[in-house]
Amino acid sequence: MPVTTTTPTSRAVGTVPPPHRRRPRWNRATPYLFILAAILLELLIHIVPMLVGIWMSFIRLTQFFIANWSKAPAAGLGNYKVAVDFSTPIGRALLHSFTVTCLYTLIVVGLSWLFGMSAAAVLQNSFRGRGSLRTLFLVPYALPIYAGIITWSFMLQRDNGLVNHVLVSNLHVLDHPPFWLIGNNAFVSMAVVALWRSWPFAFLMIMAGMQSIPDEVYEASAMDGASVWKQLRYITLGMLRPVNVVLVLMLFLWTFNDFNTPFVLFGPTPPNSADLISIHIFDNSFVNWNFGLGSAMSVLLLLFLLVVTGAYLLVTHPRSRRA
Amino acid sequence: MHEPRSFRAFRVVVVVGLGLFTFVPLYVMVTSALKPLGDVQGDFRWWPTHPTLRPFVDIWSTVPLARYFVNSLIVCVVSTAFSVLIAIFAAYAVSRYRFVGRRVFIGTVLSTQMFPGILFLLPLFLIFVNIDKQLGFTFLYQTRIGLIVTYLTFALPFSIWMLASYFDGIPRDLDEAARVDGCRALGALFRVVLPAARPGVIAVAVYAFMTSWGEILFASQMTNDATKTLAIGLQNYSTQINVYWNQIMAASLVVSVPIVVGFLLLQKHLVAGLTSGAVK
Repeated sequence: MPVTTTTPTSRAVGTVPPPHRRRPRWNRATPYLFILAAILLELLIHIVPMLVGIWMSFIRLTQFFIANWSKAPAAGLGNYKVAVDFSTPIGRALLHSFTVTCLYTLIVVGLSWLFGMSAAAVLQNSFRGRGSLRTLFLVPYALPIYAGIITWSFMLQRDNGLVNHVLVSNLHVLDHPPFWLIGNNAFVSMAVVALWRSWPFAFLMIMAGMQSIPDEVYEASAMDGASVWKQLRYITLGMLRPVNVVLVLMLFLWTFNDFNTPFVLFGPTPPNSADLISIHIFDNSFVNWNFGLGSAMSVLLLLFLLVVTGAYLLVTHPRSRRA
Repeated sequence: MHEPRSFRAFRVVVVVGLGLFTFVPLYVMVTSALKPLGDVQGDFRWWPTHPTLRPFVDIWSTVPLARYFVNSLIVCVVSTAFSVLIAIFAAYAVSRYRFVGRRVFIGTVLSTQMFPGILFLLPLFLIFVNIDKQLGFTFLYQTRIGLIVTYLTFALPFSIWMLASYFDGIPRDLDEAARVDGCRALGALFRVVLPAARPGVIAVAVYAFMTSWGEILFASQMTNDATKTLAIGLQNYSTQINVYWNQIMAASLVVSVPIVVGFLLLQKHLVAGLTSGAVK
């Protein structure tokens, strides 16, 4: 009863403004005060360092000038020339690292998406144990990065790890236990570990995207006789496109910039086969103390990422460009 | 809904395959943490010979785990608190005001997310070292304060984005009404908007905490023996020649449980925030 009587009154008050109502004064400065702290921090930690980084790439900033950077001699394009001169060891190493990173990104992003999509598709309809499976699948993403990777590095130990125990003692696939954390095997190990950690994120995003597809669409197509496979191919994939576009971009950027997986598995100097670009730049800067060269490589990396991202957005959003 | 046999078979393959892939490392972490040292030094064992809790005790003296823990807690709690507060203000401005530079602000904040961390690390290192040199004492370089300031910004883009979309979902009439009642902008934010957006705020806080709790790249250069975080302390130890794997598994378990539980409890809110941005 009270509800029905109060509703009309409050509506009447809403439509007829009370006589003393002051228009709220929208102070022009207010929004800027609200974003001030965010702007200052972004400037201090991101914008200014980025500009400084670009400037660093044009000076000869070696260990002698770290605490005295204003004295470092100008280098012009010298650092860039050293970085991309593929006839020298430094240039060749950078090219090698870039190739390794591309391959690594392709494998990890591709399989992460495939695993995430498959898991989300089979968990779409309810069955017994679905909830616990979903929780299990999300755990690797929730774990602190290093905890998961350290566990893998234990599993990949040659003499006391699980992987060799299974391959040699249980399945008899191999006669002699191989090293997994040095040599060419290191690349495979690193990709598997990264995949273990990143596919749950793809699963999470795709699963959430699927929830926004209305049931009616599936019901209607089921009445038309579409099988689960056809629905998956024509409805789910189509409706998930916006989510997939963002997801693949995020996976690409994270994987290409991945520093954590090689660093935790191998320490600051990974085996050659696992020399990802971020850790390669890190080594050139902090192990060899050549910040100018490291900055030049970072700037090149940034340019590459900008170009790829820009091209990707043009291809995936052709219409919004014209609009 | 009718499912053809091929789809059921596919489900079994996916569930078993991905289930094992995901589960085995977690199993190794938990069971190895309960093993006596002898069990992790020879050939791998699926089950401890004598399950024991000793690794959970011994790890504290093998590495200065307590110090790492304190460092990580201080850095993560403080940076999370500030980051959430700053994100709330920024998101409120983005959601409620149409001001000059709004799009530039959003674009800049979001695009910093895609830049490689290594690009910022080198100059930041140099800037911190030189600020300290000007000041004459160690203020930012390899201190907790330096790490806090850095971590503050890592979660900001996602937090602002997610909170702004949360605030967008709260009717403007609510804060207009609060303003009519005499609240100023701050009052409207804290008394009306924030209580309604509480799940979003909690999710953002968990995300910020997770981000800094697991951060490795900056911590590897921006900390020293006294300020080392868990991430770097455990990483350093695990790449040594002679590692007590049972103890480090115990340590990994201890540092993971609170995060995983928090994440799983709040996964719904996090998912909503993640996808609301993606779908737009």
